[in-house]
Amino acid sequence: MVGLVVISHSRVLADGVAELARAMGVGQAVVEPAGGDSEGGLGTSVELVEQAIEAAQRGDGVVLLADLGSSVLTAKMVVDEAAAEVRAGGGGGEVVLADAPLVEGAVAAASMAATGADLQTVVTAAESAYAHRKT
Amino acid sequence: MSGGPARPETLDAAMITAWIRHTAELVAADAERLTRLDAAIGDGDHGLNLDRGFTAAVAALPGEPDPPGRTLITAGRALVSKTGGASGPLYGTALRRAGKAFGDATEVDAALLGRALRAAVDGVQELGQAAEGDKTMVDALAPAAAAYETALAAGGDLPSCVRAAAEAAGKGAEATVPMTARKGRASYLGARSAGHLDPGAASTVLILRALADVVGEAAG
Repeated sequence: MVGLVVISHSRVLADGVAELARAMGVGQAVVEPAGGDSEGGLGTSVELVEQAIEAAQRGDGVVLLADLGSSVLTAKMVVDEAAAEVRAGGGGGEVVLADAPLVEGAVAAASMAATGADLQTVVTAAESAYAHRKT
Repeated sequence: MSGGPARPETLDAAMITAWIRHTAELVAADAERLTRLDAAIGDGDHGLNLDRGFTAAVAALPGEPDPPGRTLITAGRALVSKTGGASGPLYGTALRRAGKAFGDATEVDAALLGRALRAAVDGVQELGQAAEGDKTMVDALAPAAAAYETALAAGGDLPSCVRAAAEAAGKGAEATVPMTARKGRASYLGARSAGHLDPGAASTVLILRALADVVGEAAG
């Protein structure tokens, strides 16, 4: 199953989005939060992101969803490093950052991941969340 | 230059570690100003974050100097781990790209440093997707690399090229004052971001000034 990682500046926000996405993923989707800095304050921790990716990786790849600024930059940096590792012959599936709104993207990705869909299909589901208008 | 020591033609491992240490000193001394600049248009933690990041980078420096490239990669990694804000991945990428450009060289000559600076600019722009004029660190970093290349092409030695880069970074940072931010948290402010010096450009100046100081000191 494709795993998901929710990266937010806020630990509470990441935990909450992960909880919501898991519930919408009929309790089957693997959603790991990576919120806040290493001390629990607002910020982004590359270590927490890497730990969450490891925990979410089931071999079929991991989709990252990020909120703002350093969350996005950290995610992109980690994706580059993961790609370099895959090229170097390291194990584990691909790691991809979805260009999606955090909450809606996580819910859409979790719903799709729970069906056993492949990585690209999950990413596409996350990115389709922009099309769900609210007015 | 009679009687003085020879002007350095290369950066060695000791100068690279001195650069990281001196950057940490300048950032610590200016942390409050950087945070104040960031409070005006960002989330008000740039000085604090970067101080923590460079303190970690200094702590990660090897006791026995590694080759310059490896030292920069180590420092970059520590910076990313501890900074907590957008400047972590951005400066971390800059240091690591520069470190990779150095390769296994034990002595970095002026031409190699120029290529490393360019690699750092490319890395930052790839990651942050910012162009010159967006009111970011790129507005200090890109002119610094360009000025370095111009000075090198004109036959400048290492100290003069590094000095040209530091001066261009300073001018580039000043030029961010009237700009409207198109990246980062400041971009949410729109036109209200104009009239303030960009904190990322300001900290880039410190990093290049630290390099110029270290090379200048070696030049006597």
